[in-house]
Amino acid sequence: MSRSPAVSLLALLAAACGALPAPAPTPADLVSGTVNVFAAASLTEAFKKAGGDFEAKHGAARVQFNFAGSPTLVTQLTQGAQADVFASADQPNMQKALDAGLCENRPQVFASNRLEIVVGAGNPKHIAGLADLARSGLLVVLAAPAVPAGRYAGEALQSAGVKVTPVSQETDVKAVVSKVALGEADAGIVYVTDVRSGGAKVAGVPIPDPQNVVAQYPVVELKSATSAGSAKAFIDFLLGAQGQKDLAAFGFGPP
Amino acid sequence: MRLRLERTPLGILALAAAGGLFFVLPLLGLLVRAPWPAAVSELTAPANLVSLQLSLLTSLSATALALVFGVPLAWVNARLDFPGRNLLRALVTLPMVLPPVVGGVALLLAFGRRGLLGPALAGLGIHLPFTTAGAVLAETFVAMPFLVVTVEAGLRSLDARFEDAARTLGAGRWYVLRRVTLPALLPSLLAGAVLCWARALGEFGATITFAGNFPGRTQTLPLAVYLELETSPDAAIMLSLALLLVSLLVLVGLRQRWLGAA
Repeated sequence: MSRSPAVSLLALLAAACGALPAPAPTPADLVSGTVNVFAAASLTEAFKKAGGDFEAKHGAARVQFNFAGSPTLVTQLTQGAQADVFASADQPNMQKALDAGLCENRPQVFASNRLEIVVGAGNPKHIAGLADLARSGLLVVLAAPAVPAGRYAGEALQSAGVKVTPVSQETDVKAVVSKVALGEADAGIVYVTDVRSGGAKVAGVPIPDPQNVVAQYPVVELKSATSAGSAKAFIDFLLGAQGQKDLAAFGFGPP
Repeated sequence: MRLRLERTPLGILALAAAGGLFFVLPLLGLLVRAPWPAAVSELTAPANLVSLQLSLLTSLSATALALVFGVPLAWVNARLDFPGRNLLRALVTLPMVLPPVVGGVALLLAFGRRGLLGPALAGLGIHLPFTTAGAVLAETFVAMPFLVVTVEAGLRSLDARFEDAARTLGAGRWYVLRRVTLPALLPSLLAGAVLCWARALGEFGATITFAGNFPGRTQTLPLAVYLELETSPDAAIMLSLALLLVSLLVLVGLRQRWLGAA
């Protein structure tokens, strides 16, 4: 296989980064090999933790991630990228993967996420809710409407009856957070989990339930999976107690 | 002197063919996959025309800025001897090797709201991030080195004796510059300006990081291509082809008119 040197290097790195030492595989443990996971960018921190825990549980298995925006991942998969598992940040992109005949079985929702207003640390502009985002002179950045987070932000603003003209439509949520963290923008709308992983330079302002949007994250085993058993085991792990605990630690809600 | 085909080593030919194919194949991929029946409607969609117009405006403005500041910079680098000249030359070419996204962050730290010059600029009523002027600045930062390097090389290869002769005949500094140096430098100036413009036209990373992305204001053609790729790949391919075609026409024209003779 042409990609084996890079793969083994990444697997080594992943193993080196794993939080816990891997125990020797028990004879009964049939889960082995490398699980190639294509996952939405917003899952980065949570999946790294879950991947480490999965490897600790199945000593012979390794998890390798490719994080990017969900539409980018679908494009890579339809263009022939080999992967075992695909985790999307929304249903429409999962539907695209289904339509392209990439999925082995039906996708399962494994986590949910909610929106939050991201502001600078200490909330210098005293933003209390979505209505404040329409204030004149306030620099608001949103994710582009093509990106799930941008579409959700549009829905939330609509249900709040607020009209916002952003100064920029960023290509992903992480870019929205970084514009606010750098102080170039005053506020943005991102996922709760992004605010949490954004660090000390940003803070979150909650959006009340009636205005908020719940984003569902589906995961599926792919037809191109080389180790079907391991792919299924990883999905089961995400849906199980430990996986859910890892996701919750980064702000994700239950499915 | 030109070598004839039969005197060229076969290995060179084979490697050159492989190298050429490496550039031709991706272009061919775009051409094959392009949705030709929908070509006209994709290209003339109002949103795409707005991006094209903005791209032309910003890339030409960036080239103009690069000429105004880059030619004197090339002059100083090529002709003056001063301590730190090598450092200055390295700094000028830095954006060529810097990942453009890093360049964009660096621009924010210099000209952004919280940047080194940000408060001073704000005092003058100038806001660069998220504005068309910011997009021009980002493109200039990334593209100007191409002009500086080309013009500097041109100045070095110029025969200084013509200028000396003009001076001994009583011509002043500006007269020599206008009537002797610049005309002789014209091919390098044009080549540098066109390379700079082509780089500015394709600029993505620094622009999206420093100026953001908003239709009609900072969403240039490359940014539009990136976002279209997520929603309608067909439109993205057509826009990429348009971008490629414009660049290719200019580069081919440039080679034939100003470099072909050399």
